[in-house]
Amino acid sequence: MQKISVLLFLAWVSFLFYAGIALFTSGFLLTRWELTNHSSCQEPPGPGALPWGGRGEPGACWMASRFSRLVLVVIDALRFDFAQPQRSPVSGEPPVSLPFLGKMGFLQRLLESQPHHARLYQAKADPPTTTMQRLKALTTGSLPTFVDAGSNFASSAIVEDNLIKQLSSTGRRVVFMGDETWNDLFPGVFSQALFFPSFNVRDLETVDNGIMKHLYPTMDSDEWDVLITHFLGVDHCGHKHDPYHPEMAKKLTQMDKMIQGLVKRLKNDTLLVVTGDHGMTISGNHGGESELETSAALFLYSPRALFPSAPAEEPEIIPQISLVPTLALLLGLPIPFGNIGEVIAEVFSEIEDSQPRFSALAQASALHLNAQQVSRFLHTYSATAQDLQVQELHRLQKLFSKASADYQRLLQSPQGAEAVLQTVIPELQQFLRGVRAMCIESWARFSLVRMAGGAALLAATCFLCLLVSQWATSPAFYFGPLLKPTASGLSGAMVCAGLLASTGLKLDSMVLGAMAAVGSLLPFLWKAWASWGSKRPLASLLPMPGPVLLLLLIRFAGFFSDSYIITEARVAPFLLISLILLLVARLHWEGKLLPPKLLSIPRLGFLTPAGPPQYSAMHAVGLGVGLLLCIRLAGLFYRCHEETPVCSSSPLLSPLRSTVDGRTKNLWYGACVGALVALLASVRLWLHCYGNLKSPEPPVLFVRWGLPLMGLGTAAYWALASGADEAPPRLRALVSGASVMLPRAVAGLAASGLMLLLWRPVTVLVKATTGAPRTRTVLTPFSGPPTSQADLDYVVPQIYRHIQEEFRGRLERTKSQGLLTVAAYQLGSVYSAAVVMALTLLAFPLLLLHAERISLVFLLLFLQSFLLLHLLAAGIPITTPGPFTVPWHAVFAWALMATQTFYTTGHQPVFSAIQWHAAFVGVSESRDFTWLSAFLVGANTFASHILFAVGCPLLLLWPFLCENQGSQKRRQPPGNEAEARVRPEEEQEPRMEMRLRDAPHHFSAALLQLGLKYLFVLGIQILACVLAASILRRHLLVWKVFAPKFIFEAMGFIVSSVGLCLGIALVMRVDGAVSSWFRQLVLTQQKAGEQSSLVCTGAGSSARKAQPHLLPPCSQDLLASGTSLFYNSRS
Amino acid sequence: MKDTDIKKLLYTHLLCIFSIILSIFIPSFFLENFSILETHLTWLCICSVSVTAVNLVLYLVVKPNVSSKRSSLSYKVTRFLKCCIYFLTSCFFFHVIFVLYGAPLIELALETFSLAVILSTFTTIPCLCLLGPNFKAWLRIFSRNGVTSIWENSLQITTISSFVGIWLGAFPIPLDWGRPWQMAIEGKHSISLCTRHGAWHCHTSNLILVTIVQGMAHLLHAWSNLWLRGWPCYFTTLDILE
Repeated sequence: MQKISVLLFLAWVSFLFYAGIALFTSGFLLTRWELTNHSSCQEPPGPGALPWGGRGEPGACWMASRFSRLVLVVIDALRFDFAQPQRSPVSGEPPVSLPFLGKMGFLQRLLESQPHHARLYQAKADPPTTTMQRLKALTTGSLPTFVDAGSNFASSAIVEDNLIKQLSSTGRRVVFMGDETWNDLFPGVFSQALFFPSFNVRDLETVDNGIMKHLYPTMDSDEWDVLITHFLGVDHCGHKHDPYHPEMAKKLTQMDKMIQGLVKRLKNDTLLVVTGDHGMTISGNHGGESELETSAALFLYSPRALFPSAPAEEPEIIPQISLVPTLALLLGLPIPFGNIGEVIAEVFSEIEDSQPRFSALAQASALHLNAQQVSRFLHTYSATAQDLQVQELHRLQKLFSKASADYQRLLQSPQGAEAVLQTVIPELQQFLRGVRAMCIESWARFSLVRMAGGAALLAATCFLCLLVSQWATSPAFYFGPLLKPTASGLSGAMVCAGLLASTGLKLDSMVLGAMAAVGSLLPFLWKAWASWGSKRPLASLLPMPGPVLLLLLIRFAGFFSDSYIITEARVAPFLLISLILLLVARLHWEGKLLPPKLLSIPRLGFLTPAGPPQYSAMHAVGLGVGLLLCIRLAGLFYRCHEETPVCSSSPLLSPLRSTVDGRTKNLWYGACVGALVALLASVRLWLHCYGNLKSPEPPVLFVRWGLPLMGLGTAAYWALASGADEAPPRLRALVSGASVMLPRAVAGLAASGLMLLLWRPVTVLVKATTGAPRTRTVLTPFSGPPTSQADLDYVVPQIYRHIQEEFRGRLERTKSQGLLTVAAYQLGSVYSAAVVMALTLLAFPLLLLHAERISLVFLLLFLQSFLLLHLLAAGIPITTPGPFTVPWHAVFAWALMATQTFYTTGHQPVFSAIQWHAAFVGVSESRDFTWLSAFLVGANTFASHILFAVGCPLLLLWPFLCENQGSQKRRQPPGNEAEARVRPEEEQEPRMEMRLRDAPHHFSAALLQLGLKYLFVLGIQILACVLAASILRRHLLVWKVFAPKFIFEAMGFIVSSVGLCLGIALVMRVDGAVSSWFRQLVLTQQKAGEQSSLVCTGAGSSARKAQPHLLPPCSQDLLASGTSLFYNSRS
Repeated sequence: MKDTDIKKLLYTHLLCIFSIILSIFIPSFFLENFSILETHLTWLCICSVSVTAVNLVLYLVVKPNVSSKRSSLSYKVTRFLKCCIYFLTSCFFFHVIFVLYGAPLIELALETFSLAVILSTFTTIPCLCLLGPNFKAWLRIFSRNGVTSIWENSLQITTISSFVGIWLGAFPIPLDWGRPWQMAIEGKHSISLCTRHGAWHCHTSNLILVTIVQGMAHLLHAWSNLWLRGWPCYFTTLDILE
């Protein structure tokens, strides 16, 4: 019952965390579905005839093209006021002189001298104002969000319909020069391209000068239909200095000159578009949604007259994505399928036709085409995804059908429809704007309430973890109140939800989950506080020792800095090493390392530290140095974060297949297999050392025979995978078949091993021997008469005991059967042996999902955790009979090590670093992305989380294991007198993990406490991520650093919490199995005869020189009252 | 007696800090192009040498431990040689620790070693001055109840704060603020390695900040020792004890 309640409680706490994460995510992660539909030239967007020369063929798809060529100049971060004409200063006002004002004099002259040819707009960009999102918007006409669901995370290529795709599909030659980002977005589309790296923001010249060098020759060469250039100098100038720096004036003047040169070379059929993709703040940054960041300049120029009227005094403000449908129709292309922009109506007026009516009709038909396309998109989108508001959708559809009907009426009766024309255009515009507003509402706006709610829920759950983990360490802890409030709260929330559902209120599942969580959390917190917490001072609720708290705070604060997240692969080992050094130093500080006489000062003898040193100095220092070495070596496996410009990932992370040189490949292969063998051997050695390898139980047999088989399979798979290309052609089918089957076989073996382990988890060797345990009396030969008192003291008990033994022997011999003794070995490490076996079995399939050389990291991982556990055990005193505690620094170090291993196995919390090749391990090719591949990729990414979470109970168990060593060491000093004396501490075998069994209540409490502490440490990380993401949601790097970090951390948390529950469940399963084993044993012994005794010894090392002890006959009563007597030899 | 000790302690600390400050300003009179940020290695050498000198002079003048029973020349020479060996050993030891902490093994080895030297200057030399080449005594000082005199207490606190200071010095490395001092920390000598973001492994180049933090630690200790421990204790407890 206790066990179940512990597990349930942990599951409930995990659920609270999940609810918080889900609530936050629903408010923070702006998502949108990407549709892969494409508009096509032949297919009109809606019913009705195509207007104005639209023929459904290239060149005049939906509308006849007005321009056959286009020059699109994107000047990164060209803010509106950079290009704004400077009016001559009004008399009396001093002229404003800023470096960026009025520097584009040529534009101003064009606007003034040719008002019908040139026009400047203030283009409003939608947040996020980062270059990639803006480029996406400028070509698709949509509202790119952070997660464009359905897209391929591995590459950033645009899958939606876009202008560039339409251009190339209608056979236009698109030439590009400038920012590399375009290559990521449109790979292989340009007929001619010149890319420049965009990352070095300190470099103002390279990109621009490179473009300038090639721009005019290309213009003159006539090998293009569309010429796109993307200049970065202005943006970099803003990042490096700020807009107010004189350098900005220079850059803008340069851009102005460039445009002047372009205009000179423009032909009559060419349209020139100059636009900024976003603006910049006063400090020169961008990414957010402030006025300065979102206002960009948009300048259109045509050598032919384009605009019917002179420009207004103030340039018009239009949404940035208006450019997309406008350009599409002007160039005679279909409007991209997902566009929600509205055409700039005034460019569609026919200038040659002097009648204003025709001009208005032309505008109306362009708008109508646009509206048809948007309506088609809305229809398709709402069929795919449900994130748009239904009522608003209906309203807009009604609006559209009305406008459409009006438009048809207009076409049918061209005469006397002046009034209708006046209403159609506003109606269509109203529809288009309504759609845009609705989409912004659901795709581009954070829900602050949900974000705050999620963060608060997470914080409260963290507090709960802290509170209950403290409570569980107190001796008076009992399990009763754990589940009652939670159950009542949950059921209350259920009832509430049911009521709400029955009344017809539709609720989000996220909100429902959060309500349930709050509903159960609050009563519990209240009750816990009232019954336990309020009696204590607050200080005792924050039990963490100062240094650990400090390190935890540093880790917490690190999540708020993009630099620290980017370099976390180095920060986590740094903190881990600091923690380890701190542990060693503290052991020394507390005098546990050196013998007291070294530390004590003769004059102040009373100050000597209490207790003898448990561990020798060399032991602890050696552990520490070994750990440091392991961590440093593991740090060699390092993958770069995508935001790190000059950084090369470690070549060790690539699969062996990519190694060209055969000799190095073989050497590396040998090293990998060596690591594998070392891993296997060390696990076996460990089990052997604790004696668990002697048990005849099936899991042990599996370890003896199945594990090497798995290692063999893995090695064979690596050989096949790394040399698949070199296989002779006729064997190719065999090789590919084997490379699919081998991983499956290994995974199957691992699964069967786990099943065996769950079925018979008690790995204990039972030896039944008949006959009196004669070995008990140790007789040392002694000859000659005793000469001194000491000799007498020594000899007399010996004689006495010998006689006693003789008597007993004689008595027993009179009986028919001898005394039956049962010796059970390895009970002392029965729990940890099961956990270690499970970890090994888990590690093999996970290893297969990684590149070959990661096996070295896995070896280091096992070694490292082994050393850490030993070091931690050195500082943890064993408190019998409980309550047992796992100190915070142990849990924190464990969590830090999990993070460190995440990085050393070649991962980074960015989507581009996900190792997709894992999806094809053991899966025959030509498969789509399925749940299986998602599972495989997830297991690859979160391998370290899984292993460390499942291995978490070792933190509790290890100090008990190490007890064995301590007692052995104490026994070490030999000598006649020591051996001959009656040695109480030797007769007491180390009971090791059986101490935990002795106090089942405290054992359960300790497991609960361990789980809660681990969840707390992980939860704090999640909380920090959540807070960072919500506070810095307008940060430049939020979508590149903070949001991916949050997603990875959240996924890692979910995986870890599941793994933790499984690990704890495994320990409980072992516990249950041990109990039933005892019961069975006792029953069989009782059947065999009443004169039986049971001896249980700890480790195998002592089992080898077995000295079983006599125990009183067992009875059922003893069993009922707890089994402590069975292995306590001194009853 | 305690009174004079505490006064001496105050002067010692002040002199140490003073020597660090002087090592910033004095060399600019002799050396061309000297500045902390540009030629930080030179400055560190000077700083290290001056601190060592001050420590030695103070030791000779103040003589906090009067325990030299033998005073033969050969004894003194062996003692001195032993001290040198200890110092070098500690330099190499710290170097190894830094490499284990993540400093690159081959690149920037000079910087790493100079960091080790400066740390040794702040930790090993005071130990050598006060306790002599007696490793067991050092271990005793850094355990819970191992401190016997106010001098040893001061040694304990300054040494620990040196370690803390050098540890804190690593924190600004990953930040990409692009401040001039940070750029200097990241090191102009190896721009290719220590670029804006990936500078964590340039652990060694944070020398200046470390030294400054170190100086602060000294200062803090001087204050805390005197005001928190020294004077009030002197008035309350020590009087009673004697």
